[in-house]
Amino acid sequence: MIEKTPPAIEIDRLEKRYGGVPAVRGISFSLAPGEVLGLLGGNGAGKTTTIGMIMGLVLPSAGRVKVFGVDMAKDRYAVLHRMNFESPYVDMPHRLTVRQNLEVFGRLYGIRAIKNRIADLARELHLGDFLDREAGALSAGQKTRVALAKSLINEPDLLLLDEPTASLDPDTADWVRTRLETYRRERGASILLASHNMAEVERLCDRVIIMKAGAIADEGTPDSLIVKYGRHSLEEVFLDVARAPVTQGAAA
Amino acid sequence: MSTPIYHHDAGFSFTRVGALILRYTYLLRSSWPRLLELVYWPTVQMLTWGFIQVYVAGASGRAAFAAGTLIGAMLLWDVLFRSQLGFSVSFLEEIWARNIGNLLMSPMRPSEFIVALIIMSLVRLAIGLGPVAVMATMFFGFNYFALGISAALFFANLVLTGWAVGLVVSGLVMRHGLGAESLAWTVMFVLLPLTSVYYPVTVLPTWLQPIAWCLPPTYVFEGLRALLIDHNLRLDLMAEAFALNVGFFALAIFAFRILLEKAREAGSLMQMGE
Repeated sequence: MIEKTPPAIEIDRLEKRYGGVPAVRGISFSLAPGEVLGLLGGNGAGKTTTIGMIMGLVLPSAGRVKVFGVDMAKDRYAVLHRMNFESPYVDMPHRLTVRQNLEVFGRLYGIRAIKNRIADLARELHLGDFLDREAGALSAGQKTRVALAKSLINEPDLLLLDEPTASLDPDTADWVRTRLETYRRERGASILLASHNMAEVERLCDRVIIMKAGAIADEGTPDSLIVKYGRHSLEEVFLDVARAPVTQGAAA
Repeated sequence: MSTPIYHHDAGFSFTRVGALILRYTYLLRSSWPRLLELVYWPTVQMLTWGFIQVYVAGASGRAAFAAGTLIGAMLLWDVLFRSQLGFSVSFLEEIWARNIGNLLMSPMRPSEFIVALIIMSLVRLAIGLGPVAVMATMFFGFNYFALGISAALFFANLVLTGWAVGLVVSGLVMRHGLGAESLAWTVMFVLLPLTSVYYPVTVLPTWLQPIAWCLPPTYVFEGLRALLIDHNLRLDLMAEAFALNVGFFALAIFAFRILLEKAREAGSLMQMGE
């Protein structure tokens, strides 16, 4: 008998309210193994709160998050070693060198051959020039590469990325996207990508979800959404959705 | 499917505790002002109280002062204060560095975090108070280590109280952010008058004395005076302090876990930082 592989992420009627104010309104979606899913939406649409709930840093008000079939509210420690993330809301300790930071996180994730893993990451992500420099002394581009190295330290099966190329120059951003494509291809990893960069989402994502006012306003493949809205790019689709009045479904 | 490059410890992991200790060790090693800060204030305190004791003992001629009660109490007060501060500051380093999200999203469990903070509190105490205890012997003839088993009992009871307070302060910072940071430096001082650090409990107003006896450090400071003045090791006081400490520590762990859940509920862990 063939066992069915559970989705990397399965979200069921997920809600988050801060006080009486709804931030996420009963959304449901799933992320298949090996899939890259884009989470789009304007500021305050609920993307970061949704990612926070998937990571377990934010408790849902209602609904359920499952990662690889495990209920995150009940047993998140059963899957945390298979996940990792990068977010502008966190940073690496500034006084530690890049190598020291990676060593600490390598140990936290139980990496068997840490020195070899750091050497591999340094080679793949071009960290060699600043591996022994303090993390606080790095440029924005270098910091992004180090954050990416930390997020890949355990070769995660599920990678959560919250605006991974924000504030990067086009060259460095393109380089990061290429690394993510390579990682996904080589590892078959699932990636949830929250981004405001539509070209990035078109390039990387198999499917996108557009959030608005805490609800899912639309979803589909980038191409299908472009056809559905009669537009030429995902950016135009995004603007159509963002500027449309909030529908009953989105606000409910 | 390829073999994972990691080893998954499903339960409590000393490897992860070691990872956190390594992180704090790297931090201390990288910053000499942090190391200096650990020794500076205890040294100033010790010298001040040492000279006060020399003066008071000479002026009053009272055996209590000659026995080193002031400098002994000052050293024990610093054990209490610094154990809490060592715990809280290591925790605050994660908030200042905006690293708490990275840690809580990793396989690290809160219990491993707490054990690492406790160990770092002991390391910071050793760095800060070790040299000061030696200086107290050299300059004022007060040898804390000569107190033997009593020294160990005093120390154990005081660090337990310090960690309990450190746990609650860290939980409050998680829940309320850096607005609660100042508690780390100030909250312990409410115990300074209440626990009768430098004077007997009987000096306190009658109505305040029952409150003082609810606090474990009161038993330690009374025990110190009994030892230095009457040469009497009050094991009963140490046992009572320990019993209270076990209760306080259990409550503090409970509070830390509740405050962590409240922080997750409020979404404040996503917005931590300078």
